[in-house]
Amino acid sequence: MGTSELIRLEDLQASRTLSGRKHVLSILVENRPGVLARVAGLFSRRGFNIDTLAVGPTDDANVSRITLTLDGAVHPIDQVTKQLHKLINVLKIRDMEPSETVAREMALFKVSAAVENRAEIVQFAEIFRAKIVDVSRRALIVEVTGSHDKIGAFESMLRPHGLLEMVRTGEVALTRGGD
Amino acid sequence: MRAADAMMEALRAEGVDHIFGIPGGANLPTYDAIVGADLRHVQARHEQAAGHAAEGYAWASGRTGVAFGTSGPGATNLVTAIADAMMDSVPVVFVTGQVRTDLIGTDGFQEADIVGITLPIVKHSVMITDAAQIPVAIHEAFHIASTGRPGPVLVDVPQDLSKEEITYEPPTSPVELAGYRPNTEGNSKQIRIAAKALANSKRPVIYTGGGVIKAEASAELREFCAADRFPVTSTLMGLGAFPSDDPAWLGMLGMHGTRSANYSMDEADLIVAIGARFDDRITGKLSEFAPNAKFIHIDIDPAEISKNVPVHIPIVGDVAKVLPKLTREYQALQTDPSRLDGWWSRINAWQDEYPLTYEPGSEGEIKPQAMIQAMHRVTGGDAIITSDVGQHQMWTAQYYGFNKPRRWINSGGLGTMGYGLPAAIGAKVACPDEQVVCLSGDGSLIMNVQELATAVNEDIPVKVFLMNNGFMGMVRQWQELFWDGNYSGVDNGPSPDWVKLSEAFGAKGLRCDDSADLDEMMQATLDHDGPALLDVRVSPRENCYPMIPAGSAARDMVG
Repeated sequence: MGTSELIRLEDLQASRTLSGRKHVLSILVENRPGVLARVAGLFSRRGFNIDTLAVGPTDDANVSRITLTLDGAVHPIDQVTKQLHKLINVLKIRDMEPSETVAREMALFKVSAAVENRAEIVQFAEIFRAKIVDVSRRALIVEVTGSHDKIGAFESMLRPHGLLEMVRTGEVALTRGGD
Repeated sequence: MRAADAMMEALRAEGVDHIFGIPGGANLPTYDAIVGADLRHVQARHEQAAGHAAEGYAWASGRTGVAFGTSGPGATNLVTAIADAMMDSVPVVFVTGQVRTDLIGTDGFQEADIVGITLPIVKHSVMITDAAQIPVAIHEAFHIASTGRPGPVLVDVPQDLSKEEITYEPPTSPVELAGYRPNTEGNSKQIRIAAKALANSKRPVIYTGGGVIKAEASAELREFCAADRFPVTSTLMGLGAFPSDDPAWLGMLGMHGTRSANYSMDEADLIVAIGARFDDRITGKLSEFAPNAKFIHIDIDPAEISKNVPVHIPIVGDVAKVLPKLTREYQALQTDPSRLDGWWSRINAWQDEYPLTYEPGSEGEIKPQAMIQAMHRVTGGDAIITSDVGQHQMWTAQYYGFNKPRRWINSGGLGTMGYGLPAAIGAKVACPDEQVVCLSGDGSLIMNVQELATAVNEDIPVKVFLMNNGFMGMVRQWQELFWDGNYSGVDNGPSPDWVKLSEAFGAKGLRCDDSADLDEMMQATLDHDGPALLDVRVSPRENCYPMIPAGSAARDMVG
């Protein structure tokens, strides 16, 4: 027997690395009571930290989609997805490839809008393709949809004008193409 | 048919003939249905014990255990047993009563959100919201509990729903669940790579765990190890899968394992982990665990791969299916067994230098280790032994010498004191023709001692060998070794009188405080026709060695 056909132990590599980037997990679950609690509970029990979370229906009434983002610099994503797969109500998990994914967040910003500021806020809104959805004497509510970074950038533009309140959704995402 | 009766039919269809439990208000319909059902209900005296008895039943028989409790405190009393079954992957279906559906969420009498409470400690759980689901949920629960990596499944049944009329037909096809399909076969390519790596290993060690026993893969393990004189060690939970009298056996590994097992892991170049999960009691200091080794890991649960220790060749599958393939692939390589000669002479030197040993006692003194050896003699080394948690558990693991699977039943992962007696009751119910002995400690036994009533009333002739040192011995040992002898809360004092206590329960009680009488007294306990307890007064301050101090490396074993 020639040892050449054997596997040299020194060539073996273990595959457990931190990816170092943000991950978007798209998780299809059975639409039943308590499923979100199981998923959220798993994250807290294993010490995984969810950055954003969005839950909603899919085209199938029996199936809901949980989209969550987490930091692959801190958590081994492989371990996270394997633990999630152990939940019986979890049907499918996709660790979405950033280059093949369209991901969007939505945010509402309530900005203090004195008369002299309004024009500038409206201008920013146009640049970011945001919409003014409510106008009152002292404030505007601006709605914006986009990538996580775009919304962050928009927020930093608005902030100097007096950001009164804001709310952001978690990221939702779909894979590009026809599959 | 009434839903509660459909539940019994579903249980019977799953092959259930024993249930351990306690009734209460919310599961009255269920208990009404038990009366006519063709199965035996063992009435425990505490729901925790009912749960452990179901675990003991599952361990001893390889079947799925069943435990019943009512709502509220009945359900919360089950929590420790559920957590225990989760940690040790024991297939048990727990059925709890729940308050009526119109009371749910109102903080009704004996209401507890048991599904919510147990979410992190179940393999799966379901709260029934529709009476017709009850038998379906039972079938699904058995499927989930017993396949893949086994574990506890909880079915919570509101009282009113179990009284409703439903139609039930036993299923004709196996349960199919979209989100649950365990991979059992193992990837052939990975198995081939594993064989080729193994053939190149000069210092291999086979590290087995409880998964080998769950998979009924003891024979497959023995064939695999015989393929090339591979040295074999096991976790606490895997003892018996490989015979302790085989020359390839290194003894248990880990915190109280043998030096030869731990040193072999420390110097191994390739470790094959089989149905084991790299628990901290095995690895010690993770960064110094088996520093020279590459890892092959065979496990049914993909999430165990690389969870604690990065693995080089993962094989996800049923150990019983993977091992024969690995054995065939390995044999086809026709390796030269002499390449392991050097490794074996190193291991044999450790075995010669560091056998398991202890200082003999003074005249008449009963050393705890000697007590285990005596138990081996009187039981012919072939009893089903259950234990509690602590020094007595480790000494049993070290000195009994298990040669068959399903002979050693104890709480490994959760480390539940109070486990041993109810587990023995469950094991004896499962295997009435086997000798079943609970080897317990005085700190542990009292935590579920009420189950002597179950043993007596239900005529379950379990034997208890009580290793009585008057201390919470393992905690006392740690306080002595690592907390400057600052003893705190570990002296159990003179109470109870175990002989009188046993007799109060209607069991036989015996006492032994002289080593010269030990074998004879043990034999008398075994010979008694009924439950019996032997209170053995052992050396009170004996420490359990050898030992890897928590957070240390294997090569830094002490004692």
